Amino acid sequence: MSSMTLLDWAILVGKCVITTLIMLQIAPIMAWVERRGSALMQNRLGPNRIGPFGLLQSLCDGVKFIFKEDPVPGHVNAFYYVLAPLVSLVPAFMTFAVIPWAAPLELGDRTITFQVANLNVGLLYIFAIASLGVYGIIMAGWASNNKYSLLGSLRSSCQMISYELSMGLSVVGILMVFSSVNLTDIALAQGQTLLQLGPVAIPKWGFFVQPLGFLIFCTAAFAETNRLPFDLPEGESEIVAGYHLEYGSMKFAVFMMAEYVNMFTASGLMATLYFGGFQLLPGMSQLHEAIGGGAGIMAALQAASFFAKVAFFMWFFVWVRWTLPRFRYDQLMDLGWKVMLPLSLLNIFLTGALMYAKVI
Amino acid sequence: MLIKNKTGFFQRFYLVEILKGLAITKKHFLKNLFGKTVTIQYPEERRQYSDRFRGMHYIKATNGVENCTACMLCPTVCPAECIHIVAGERPDKEKYPVKFEIDVLRCCFCGMCEEACPKDAIKLSTIYEMSVAQRTVYTKDYLLEQRGNK
Ligand code: SF4
Ligand code: SF4
Repeated sequence: MSSMTLLDWAILVGKCVITTLIMLQIAPIMAWVERRGSALMQNRLGPNRIGPFGLLQSLCDGVKFIFKEDPVPGHVNAFYYVLAPLVSLVPAFMTFAVIPWAAPLELGDRTITFQVANLNVGLLYIFAIASLGVYGIIMAGWASNNKYSLLGSLRSSCQMISYELSMGLSVVGILMVFSSVNLTDIALAQGQTLLQLGPVAIPKWGFFVQPLGFLIFCTAAFAETNRLPFDLPEGESEIVAGYHLEYGSMKFAVFMMAEYVNMFTASGLMATLYFGGFQLLPGMSQLHEAIGGGAGIMAALQAASFFAKVAFFMWFFVWVRWTLPRFRYDQLMDLGWKVMLPLSLLNIFLTGALMYAKVI
Repeated sequence: MLIKNKTGFFQRFYLVEILKGLAITKKHFLKNLFGKTVTIQYPEERRQYSDRFRGMHYIKATNGVENCTACMLCPTVCPAECIHIVAGERPDKEKYPVKFEIDVLRCCFCGMCEEACPKDAIKLSTIYEMSVAQRTVYTKDYLLEQRGNK
């Protein structure tokens, strides 16, 4: 890109740094939310000793992880053993690059997009990169040279492949409705009004045109991120800690971080595809008019709406985890292949029929 | 044995049941977030036990002199046989315990010594934090610290 000026580069680098910093904060914050949240749901208090509300607990955990002894066990394949955590973390970071946090902003002759890369194949890129994450898990299981690790990673890859299918098919409905794979276009298209019920305008958010698709996508997202009720890759009573059994210290922390970053990306996707992405939350457009803000304020409000939606879905992940018991392995496969797959195919036909009838 | 539970038609879709479950956890979450949790923050807060709680022993003293007259009723009644007394005589011919030891690891905190004592001397206080790093035998000096108000 020879046409990029120094300012363009500065903006790009700035966006990269900001995105990376946000992602790095996810794991400690979510670890805290998860502990305190689960504790409150179970009538406990959770960690509340260090710092206000126990907020510094995650910091202490980080310090502990860094200073722990970090041995490479003698029986592992050292190269792949060290590589595996990175292979699972890097794709998790990369996927978020194309999710927009606010509508493109026109500043003079320059258009600033609020994502690292505004790819016109955004959604396909996400699916392509996200499926790389499974290699990290397989690698970890294989390199650990331990039967429990191997079984855990086999389960994990099996589960991910099965659910990726229905996940991919469930977004086809969205692609049909909005006729684009560019995430910014999809989010912008959701600003239209679907139904006007008196004073209440129901926006054309993905959820309202694709409720079944959202259900499938959401369930598959849980399976893709290995979260409960689909956390089969680990199982204390069957395969101990699964694929990260042989890992300790910071290498283990990297796996945990990858899980949280994956959750963040999945939440971002759910918000972008089904809940209007950066479209303002109800009431925010009135607020914008009231304070009479310009385009800059608008972008800030959009980013706030986006992150509020993402935060809700992050919380939803935690909420579900502490509500549902886990599935048995065969039940998991049953659900994936016998329920989710046919349903996602049905969703495509349904969407097609509704579009033909000009309902959506 | 395979136990088949009958599931209703709607239960088989999971969804309704999942929503019900989410409602339950949300209820608990909000209750504990805004209300008061039952947890006692131990080192700062302590549970209030009744005055009849049987904890660490002490020997009551009047004007700095122990009430005990070494009558040997408490070592006799003690089911754990953990009280060891050596009796002596004061210049004014009054009997008193030269040595009064309780091997507290054997004690079962039944409170029989307290009940048997005719002089209101041995008492069990409400102190329950008694963990120590080595085997302990409470000596007379230690027992004479006035730990309660019984
Ligand atoms: S409390 Fe019971 S066991 Fe303990 S010293 Fe008194 S009589 Fe013996
Ligand atoms: S029963 Fe009372 S008076 Fe008698 S020896 Fe024991 S403590 Fe002393």
